Amino acid sequence: MNKGYIIIWLSAALILAFFISPFASSSPDGLEKVAEDKGFLEKGEIVPVFTSPIPDYTWPGVANEGAATGMAGIFGTLIVFGLAYGIGSALKK
Amino acid sequence: MHIPDGFLAANTWVPAWIVSMGGLGYCIKRVSVFLKDKTVPLMGVMAAFIFAAQMLNFPVAAGTSGHLLGGVLAVVLLGPYAGAIVIAVVLAVQCLVFQDGGLTALGANIFNMSFIGAMGGYIIYNVIKNLIGGNKGIIIGTAAAAWASVVLASSACAVELAVSGTSPLRIALPAMALVHMLIGIGEAFISVVVVSFVLKTRPDLIYNNGEEAAYE
Repeated sequence: MNKGYIIIWLSAALILAFFISPFASSSPDGLEKVAEDKGFLEKGEIVPVFTSPIPDYTWPGVANEGAATGMAGIFGTLIVFGLAYGIGSALKK
Repeated sequence: MHIPDGFLAANTWVPAWIVSMGGLGYCIKRVSVFLKDKTVPLMGVMAAFIFAAQMLNFPVAAGTSGHLLGGVLAVVLLGPYAGAIVIAVVLAVQCLVFQDGGLTALGANIFNMSFIGAMGGYIIYNVIKNLIGGNKGIIIGTAAAAWASVVLASSACAVELAVSGTSPLRIALPAMALVHMLIGIGEAFISVVVVSFVLKTRPDLIYNNGEEAAYE
């Protein structure tokens, strides 16, 4: 797999993550909707066992909501790229 | 369908963690045999693409959204073992960095999406691909497996909710399956668009795509 192809795909992912994600639907997803309709949503509203650094894909301290989401998207995309690439390289040896 | 903390009881999330870690261990063992040079960067690229695409919730019905799960997309390009590992990496980062899916529920989320969705989807894809053959088989196999993977993963989620005593199976299963039959259409559409693009530009990147798979 050549470098050009990697760059094209990674750029596409970063563009989706930064520019498109702020426009994503904020409606509940399938599981949340079922939990709401069937009355067990409150079971998930406990204090989580662990607090993540960037909850809900919103970069903390950024006033602009779209930018906060986009930055979280870029960060996450690069992390999973590096992790999956790294795990793949480690397993190859 | 990322399950948050609180939906699953320990009788469910503890075994789910054990099964998922065992499953990932098996994948890691098997993947090192199959892994080709070109697959390694492709693992990074697929993880990045699926993570980004999972952020893009699309509306499916009144007040409900869905997003790509990407399990079948991953296995069509990476094969079942590397594909399942990539989905698990995405889920782990979503949980640990972005609070999407609970830490206790991570085992169940990996079980549902890496094993039921991605690997289960691979079995369906492979049968259809070989039955029909050629690029047509790859496309139709991708579409059918993508749709089924979402419905099956959501059904597994419903079973876990029922075992946990969160919602009885007769209520959770039809509700989860029904809404994910709609979300699955989006999953099939996006997966087919991406796989068609890969078939046009780099058909050798499709896992086990005839003779071409042997070359870089």
